[in-house]
Amino acid sequence: MKYKSQKVAYWFFALSMLLLSLQIVYGFIMAFAHMGYDVLHQITPFNTARAVHTNLLVVWLLSGFMGAAYYIIPEEAENELVSVKLAYVQLISLAVVGVVAIVGYHFNYWEGRKFLEIPRPLDWLVVVNVLTFLGIILVTLFKGKKRTTTSLVLTMGLVFAALLYLPGMIWFDNQTMDSFFRWWVVHLWVEGVWELIMGGILAFLLIKITGVDREVIEKWLYVIVGLTFISGILGTGHHYYYIGVGKAWLIIGGIFSAMEPLAFLGMALFAIAMYRKGEKKHPNKIALSWTLGTAIVSFVGAGLLGLAHTLPGVNMYTHGTLVTAMHGHLAFWGAYGMIVLAFISYALPNLTGRKLYDSTTGLLAFWLSNIGMVGMTVAFGVAGVAQVYLERKVGLEFGDVQKEIQVHFVVLAVCATFFTTGIGCYIYEFIKYGRPNDEALETITNL
Amino acid sequence: MLSKSQAKVFFLGGTIVTFAIFLGLSWNSLSNEVPKKTHEENLTPQVISGKHIWEKNNCMGCHTILGEGAYYAPELTKVYERRGEAYIKAAVMSKTPWAPRGRQMVAYAMTEQEANDVVAFLKWIGEVDLNGFPAKPDLKK
Ligand code: HEM
Ligand code: HEM
Ligand SMILES: [Fe+2]
Repeated sequence: MKYKSQKVAYWFFALSMLLLSLQIVYGFIMAFAHMGYDVLHQITPFNTARAVHTNLLVVWLLSGFMGAAYYIIPEEAENELVSVKLAYVQLISLAVVGVVAIVGYHFNYWEGRKFLEIPRPLDWLVVVNVLTFLGIILVTLFKGKKRTTTSLVLTMGLVFAALLYLPGMIWFDNQTMDSFFRWWVVHLWVEGVWELIMGGILAFLLIKITGVDREVIEKWLYVIVGLTFISGILGTGHHYYYIGVGKAWLIIGGIFSAMEPLAFLGMALFAIAMYRKGEKKHPNKIALSWTLGTAIVSFVGAGLLGLAHTLPGVNMYTHGTLVTAMHGHLAFWGAYGMIVLAFISYALPNLTGRKLYDSTTGLLAFWLSNIGMVGMTVAFGVAGVAQVYLERKVGLEFGDVQKEIQVHFVVLAVCATFFTTGIGCYIYEFIKYGRPNDEALETITNL
Repeated sequence: MLSKSQAKVFFLGGTIVTFAIFLGLSWNSLSNEVPKKTHEENLTPQVISGKHIWEKNNCMGCHTILGEGAYYAPELTKVYERRGEAYIKAAVMSKTPWAPRGRQMVAYAMTEQEANDVVAFLKWIGEVDLNGFPAKPDLKK
């Protein structure tokens, strides 16, 4: 680390690790319910477990993005964060809003709109929190010496993500309108502006790890985020096929969403090419594995598995089945989970001054979590395809079909155990690194 | 070869053009298509009240509606047509967890009036024109 204020990033990463662990607990609750053991029904019925699982996911990812931004912006702009104190206040308020929301979900305090369950009064706190965060980042950036493409793309992603939260806060009486604007948040986040955040972080990591010339990396970054928006904005149409709007979306959504994998393919080729091209080999093997890993797994999970059900003819049958859950897991994991873990793996040695560059536990964390997640994806996929066939093709009752596919949730739970062991290793390493300290400040550049 | 400034133009230009088209199409959908396809004239206070009950209890946390939600319990867009009013009322008014096939639903113990509102909402949503979703099971004998 080169700037003292970068240390605040560590605490965002720590919050991230804590919320990830909790997310997994609620994942198991749901896996057991699917297996027929809904034993916690009285305290944590399925809808509570689900809202907690997905909201914790979003908050740990956001906390990871924020930490990454607090680390990257000072270094790119060559300027200390303008207010470290305010950054800590923002961290604490983020944790508080998160905890209040999650406790509320256990007491029927929510709004049943998938992914946007946070009740609107609490949404205002989220808005204040995010504005504080953006304020610190923007002022630091504009008072800084440099405005690099990497920092601009990252900041743009963060600003747009904040703006796109707003359409989700409007009230509608019509369920179709609700759904229409819910996708402005959900789809335009994960298949739009979050890709800018991912691209910005990825570019930063590649510059540091491979030593390839910044101009080359940033040129391709523009191409990738260009592909993202050109396909992803109109690609929103793949959620408008069957919600009560016109048929034009079948064509537009079909064509443009089918092009979305190009951006992820670009990301994968880009990472691999830069790695090959790079002369400097950074000793941090673990960060390198996660960095190449995120580029490749996001292409499979978001790109290929997204493509698998994005055409209207297929989506007519798979829409709203476990096939969607299959894609949701590997996409979120590959693109956003792994980029956060890649960044933490890169930043920890620099923040703490301890260089555990290729520890066995660290590598084990990478492989176990990925093998586990791929296994879970297969389990959801097999269950999903069977569900689509039996329920939507043959016309059996929903409940009868669920009994037929229960066994796949046993497989899911086994693979989830591998995954959890991997995450356990990761968090063990995280703790072993210890706290960030000023002795880790560097004077030499480019490490 | 492509230069960095050309790449930047590709990004900014592409974004502005596609976003403008997206806004135009959205405007058209919301002002011309949604009112007709969803029969907005049928959005009575009772239907809206039913929607609030639906949201307040996070029914979407187990079920799907318009194909969106969770995959633990049945898709409900066409439930009015499939099961009828009495069945739906029995499910939401039950004081013990409703569990026709083993899986338990939360026992909402709704009042008669709340249950009627929910039914009105589900009846309304069942009439929305969904471009053919859900497809008829084509292998059914
Ligand atoms: C990192 C990027 C992505 C993430 C995190 C992601 C995640 C998700 C999630 C969580 C859902 C369920 C949303 C809901 O029902 O509220 C979903 C749905 C969907 N995704 Fe993605 N996705 C990504 C990229 C893509 C791409 C690139 C494509 C297409 C090529 C795609 C195609 C779809 C389709 C068609 C659905 C609707 C499924 C249905 O009808 O039930 N996704 N995605
Ligand atoms: C121990 C690990 C995990 C288990 C057992 C698990 C299990 C589940 C289950 C059973 C569901 C609900 C499916 C339904 O509605 O019936 C779910 C939803 C979801 N989980 Fe997980 N999960 C785990 C970890 C994760 C991780 C690490 C991520 C992200 C990186 C994730 C992302 C999601 C998403 C996005 C959804 C919503 C999917 C959709 O609506 O299509 N889960 N999970
Ligand atoms: Fe999408």
